[in-house]
Amino acid sequence: MEFALSEDQRMLQDSLKGVLNDAASLDRIRKIAVGDAGESAVLDGALTEFGLAALMVPEAAGGLGLGALDACLVQEALGYNVAPSRFLATAVAAQALAGHADVLGAIAAGEAKFALALTEVSSRRDGAGVELKGGKLSGKSLLAQSVDGATHILVADTAGAWHSVSAADAGVTGMQTIDRTRTFHEVTLDGARPLVSVMPGVEVLALARLLVAADTLGAAQAMIDKAVAYAKERQQFGRVIGSFQAVKHMCAEMAAKLEPARALIWHAAHALDIADEEGPMMANLAKAHLSEVGTFVARTSTEVHGGMGFTDLVGLHYWYKRIGVNRQLLGSPEQARQTAAELQGLVA
Amino acid sequence: MKLTLDPEYEAFREEVSQTLAKNAHLAPMADDKGYKNPKRLAWQKFLIENGLAARTIPKEYGGYGAEPDILKARIIAEEFARTRLPGPMAGQGISMFVPTLLELGTEAQKRAYIRPTIHGEMIWCQGYSEPGAGSDLAALRTSAVEDGDHYIINGSKIWTSTAKQADMIFCLVRTDPNAKKHEGITYITFPMSTPGIEVRPLVDMTGTANFNEVFFTDVRVPKSGVIFAPNKGWQVANATLTHERGMLGDPNATKARLLELIALMKAEAVNGERLIDNPVLRDRLMKLQGEVYAMQANGLRITTSRLQGQPAGLAGLVVKLQGCDLNHEIARLAIDALGELGILYEEGEHLRSGGTWQWRYMYDLGLIIGGGTAQIQKNIIAERGLDMPREPKLAKA
Repeated sequence: MEFALSEDQRMLQDSLKGVLNDAASLDRIRKIAVGDAGESAVLDGALTEFGLAALMVPEAAGGLGLGALDACLVQEALGYNVAPSRFLATAVAAQALAGHADVLGAIAAGEAKFALALTEVSSRRDGAGVELKGGKLSGKSLLAQSVDGATHILVADTAGAWHSVSAADAGVTGMQTIDRTRTFHEVTLDGARPLVSVMPGVEVLALARLLVAADTLGAAQAMIDKAVAYAKERQQFGRVIGSFQAVKHMCAEMAAKLEPARALIWHAAHALDIADEEGPMMANLAKAHLSEVGTFVARTSTEVHGGMGFTDLVGLHYWYKRIGVNRQLLGSPEQARQTAAELQGLVA
Repeated sequence: MKLTLDPEYEAFREEVSQTLAKNAHLAPMADDKGYKNPKRLAWQKFLIENGLAARTIPKEYGGYGAEPDILKARIIAEEFARTRLPGPMAGQGISMFVPTLLELGTEAQKRAYIRPTIHGEMIWCQGYSEPGAGSDLAALRTSAVEDGDHYIINGSKIWTSTAKQADMIFCLVRTDPNAKKHEGITYITFPMSTPGIEVRPLVDMTGTANFNEVFFTDVRVPKSGVIFAPNKGWQVANATLTHERGMLGDPNATKARLLELIALMKAEAVNGERLIDNPVLRDRLMKLQGEVYAMQANGLRITTSRLQGQPAGLAGLVVKLQGCDLNHEIARLAIDALGELGILYEEGEHLRSGGTWQWRYMYDLGLIIGGGTAQIQKNIIAERGLDMPREPKLAKA
């Protein structure tokens, strides 16, 4: 028995961290957040060179054939640096379209760049929802991810099927969320022809939700690291504030909640990788649990920073907002828990 | 990542499972906590002879004498949990005193105490906390004054479980009142039948006396009872406390309680609706399930660290705090789910689960406080896990 990361996984983690420390510095993130396309391109270029597109594509289709646990480590590193990336969308598309070797090959080669229009799988609001009629897709999807620069959109219809459509066939309008580092769009289809259609198993949405949870894990870990560092440095009343139990206990509570949550992500990812029947249920529990722990950490870390945490100067708000968006993305904690209950037969 | 066991261990599990199945008729009732009940003593002896209790205690001291093997220990614990048969005896003598003695005792002490202790024939209690020395244990004041080959002990201890049943006590006393507070303490053992010892049960909020107060008035005990060396008691106690912290917050016990709660919510109905079908209660249940799975995975991570001989770091430091809190929360949801009937406590027509959820909701709060309070745990997590500075010491007045 060994419940730990492999040597390869630790290397993947370390090398991606190295890339991100440079390519996703807070300076660059700030510029990306105000729409600097050149800076976005630098980050994109670094991640493309790292090979993120091919990571989750099976080796037979020209990819690296890595699994859910590897993908979680990548997403965690992205979250740690609040780095925008198409990785989540790519990984989910590769999983959803696993039966289509040509699509997978194009994903691995970086020719097919997927966006996700899956919000309505969890919630339909404001008349959103895409319908398949006579072989054509019409309707709209809100808060689609990674639409900028996408060649394809993976869109869910109201009957439960997911389709790949050409991005050129979609009308897109930006939707500005609290998190300016990532863009979201309203996608409108008017008789678009699906290129590929699949009926995804429960494990695909589970993977998507788990990756959002892994992103929150990374972002929350960064917020704890920043809070601890600040508490060791900031002085008031003649001593560093980290020596006050009131502050120390806030840091301890964050760590005490997040450390087991990390193990939960690993366990859920591993369960998906070995097709354990509890895998999808655990992934949904992880999405909900990381949302709760992440929310606690986001608030607490900000409070440890005192007034500075509230300013733009230290930039802590990028992490706060990343965690806030992740909480609602692809299903609220309540919805993820409902799915987890359904998957274990607890819903009559 | 590999969560399956090698064939050697699967075979071991099968062997344990068969031994337990074939001999289940020898087991005392699972809820029989009577000390020295002959059936219980016989069961313990059987478990030791078959390597299911005192497994790594050397043969010459009455144990089974196996090499330490974390996975085998885990398998044994899982099989007892699965079969619901009473497991090996625990208690402070077996769980805390014996490991300490093995580490720091003399050969004569090991020969005298380990065999009867692990066989349940010699019951121990722990004299650590005092009314004025709780979280600040090293502030203890119970004094031991030299008198030839003996010490004369005066003072009192509190939170002493099994003091009524105990044959022996292992106790921290102040032998050098002039030394720094950590340096004048001695770890000493002596019989509870020694004249001058009075035990008073301490009734707690559960309505029962799970603990006692112990008073010492001119208690004369031989110096041969000292473990390791005079004035080195603090080091000896720290060895023992490490063993205690490991006992609280076991995620497998928590998982078992969650399963009980799910069963309760499926079985009970209010206004004609099953509790599990109430979306608010079910959502709370799922929240707790996420935490239980997290603590279980955290436990796997700790086991792996131990197998690799690595420190478990934060994953290990958070177990007591998070595990005890989670147990308390599970009991709270069970009570809320039972609503008005959840407040019943004494035997009667409408009582559910023998009142155990209310009992746990109270007793688990005791465990959140005991064995290092939640606040002390947070200090430890921050200082050892996050490398945060200690509180500056007050200058002596």
